[in-house]
Amino acid sequence: MSIRVEHVSKSFSAYPALGDVSLTMRDKEFVALLGPSGSGKTTLLRILAGLEVPETGKVWFGKRDVTADKPASRGIGFVFQHYALFGHMTVAENIAFGLAVMKRADRPSRDKIRKRVEELLALVQLAGLGARYPSQLSGGQRQRVALARALARNPRILLLDEPFGALDAKVRRELRDALRQIHDELGLTSIFVTHDQEEAFALADRVALLNHGRVEQFATPAEIEAEPVSDFVRSFLE
Amino acid sequence: MPSAIPSRSSPLPGFGLSLGITILWLSLIVLIPLSAVFVKSLSHGWGAFLAAAASPRALAAYKLSFGAAALAAAVNCIFGLLVAWVLVRYRFAGRRLLGALIDLPFALPTAVAGIALTALYADTGVIGRILVPAGLPIAYGPAGVVMALTFIGLPFVVRTVEPVLAQVSNEIEEAALTLGASRLQTFFRVILPTIAPALATGFALAFARGAGEYGSVIFIAGNMPFKSEIAPLLIVTQLEEYNYAGAAAIACVMLLISFAVLFLLNILQRWQERRFA
Amino acid sequence: MTAGLREPPLVKALLIAGAVGYVALMLLLPLGAVLDEAFKKGWQLWLAAVTEPDARASIKLTLLVAAIAVPLNTVFGVAAAWAIAKFDFRGKTSLVALIELPFSVSPVVSGLVFVLLFGAQGWFGPWLQDHDIGIIFALPGLVLATVFVTFPFVARQLIPLMSAQGRTDEEAALTLGASGWQTFWRVTLPNIRFGLLYGVLLCNARAMGEFGAVSVVSGHIRGETNTMPLQVEALYNDYDFVAAFAVASLLTLLAVFTLALKSALE
Repeated sequence: MSIRVEHVSKSFSAYPALGDVSLTMRDKEFVALLGPSGSGKTTLLRILAGLEVPETGKVWFGKRDVTADKPASRGIGFVFQHYALFGHMTVAENIAFGLAVMKRADRPSRDKIRKRVEELLALVQLAGLGARYPSQLSGGQRQRVALARALARNPRILLLDEPFGALDAKVRRELRDALRQIHDELGLTSIFVTHDQEEAFALADRVALLNHGRVEQFATPAEIEAEPVSDFVRSFLE
Repeated sequence: MPSAIPSRSSPLPGFGLSLGITILWLSLIVLIPLSAVFVKSLSHGWGAFLAAAASPRALAAYKLSFGAAALAAAVNCIFGLLVAWVLVRYRFAGRRLLGALIDLPFALPTAVAGIALTALYADTGVIGRILVPAGLPIAYGPAGVVMALTFIGLPFVVRTVEPVLAQVSNEIEEAALTLGASRLQTFFRVILPTIAPALATGFALAFARGAGEYGSVIFIAGNMPFKSEIAPLLIVTQLEEYNYAGAAAIACVMLLISFAVLFLLNILQRWQERRFA
Repeated sequence: MTAGLREPPLVKALLIAGAVGYVALMLLLPLGAVLDEAFKKGWQLWLAAVTEPDARASIKLTLLVAAIAVPLNTVFGVAAAWAIAKFDFRGKTSLVALIELPFSVSPVVSGLVFVLLFGAQGWFGPWLQDHDIGIIFALPGLVLATVFVTFPFVARQLIPLMSAQGRTDEEAALTLGASGWQTFWRVTLPNIRFGLLYGVLLCNARAMGEFGAVSVVSGHIRGETNTMPLQVEALYNDYDFVAAFAVASLLTLLAVFTLALKSALE
């Protein structure tokens, strides 16, 4: 699913978070939104998710104008920085949540849901942990559950907000590889926000560098390193 | 009074003194007096104890005290949740005043609450004037007891739920939103279960307070044995008849229920901590 | 706030109306009833009721009981919070639970325990009679019952507060050479002053307003062992409603004042 962002801007009270941003992301691409805090990268991600409504501009998923669509009807999966797992539900119940709340007509049978949960647990390498509660899991495991939960409804687009921010270096690396592998396997279009340049360059096909609400450069890591277009980009690479 | 219990990890002074004062005062004021209840209640033997603690009149009183307390606590759970929700999540004119008012039953003397409620709900009162002719008398009967206990218990649910509700992170609700849940589904499947231990704690606190309540109830209750006599009143009546052992026996039953509720609260506390780390 | 995390405006308005309506019905109306009944027959009768000798005696007695009980429980509360918040020891949670015990005990039972100890038929009854010491039906009994009932208030406020504040400030003071008492007065106390004030306020409000426990130990002797709440009951049982509500209005004023102060402290 390709994504097109056209002249999107957003401000919070007097604070301009995003100013006239336009980007096109290809189907099955893995894009990183990179920048310091306050650069607008999370705002852009949340607009893609439908968690924020832009003041100007449009967002297209494939041929559909989704600008006014609610998050649930956009076909996205969202992974939060602090996992946002439901503490009172088991891992399996968390993963099944998106399916359990579907309208009766669209909801798969209980059997199907159970199978799907097992599939996803295997995908994120947590097979057998379905009956545990989030409080019994490590940070890395929790993020895997969050990922599985976001994928339960077969989204075409996966959005991740600094997903590894709260984890230590070794776990980050493991999850990073797992994420890329899942992205490739499922043929997703993935957008993820980070302030870690090394991570962005290691994972992404293309990186968008944001500064003060504008996209300074949007290119492959190799291209950015070879020809940084501005002082900001240059200083970010150091 | 240096203590035999080691203070493991602190070089701060004053452990012995502060712990000593604490235990001494606690024993003198709370523990020893309470033990007197148990001792006195059995002073005439088991038979007399059971005769007093399980007499038909006492059983009727327990039914009223505990039943009304449970009902009042349940009502307060529903409306207390509503009030807490509105206080935590919305901004509106008068919100601060509303928040300050919640503690009124805490600060107002129970006897004052008692006569005020009676003034309202008796047949000459502002509300009673409408309800009594309509066949819904509240004052001078069990309904009055429930009304008084609802007043008394109101702050407990609100104050226990408020902080927990405030802590429910935006992220959790956004996650439910991205997964396709409607607002109603998010409330029942995500928010409510998250605050359930706090609700249960508020219920237990309101129940415990209501079961033993005296001052706010005796004016509005009617106080007729077997019909509208609460257990604490029965204790007072026994005392006035110099039946100390009988009074102590009923007090024992009330204390045991209180302790059971305390124990339950402890378990609830741990349930909350374990599941929502 | 995130779009979609808000309820539709109509639902929101209904919820607010429901909450406000509930609080108005359950709390504001009774408040209004007290003031309405107290001033029903005008200012002069109110003043007369409040300055009548028995009423005055009850006010004095209430103040006296509070003046003894509240400081005692404050000292206890501070000591308990110090021991619990600044140290680790086995049995800490049990201790906290025991401190909270009076909250779950019926006020009538709270009074009963002292009758059982010091009443005519109590454990110490005969000894007290021999020495002509009156506890029940006299001031000491009132104080004891009040102390029992208001026991946890200050401790309850301070324990979470001091626990959250941790030990680092005190440890820093120690390394700088302060003695234990100096640390307490100069470092700890200023940190907890608002929590302490609020705890004392609540303790005082409850001490002055306590009814059930005091009723049991009091003997209801007008002019001598009736605190204000007991005087309210006595007047009410005499069908002297205006006078009863007049005295009650003073207590109500105290309650509203306590609430306002609490609000200001936040």
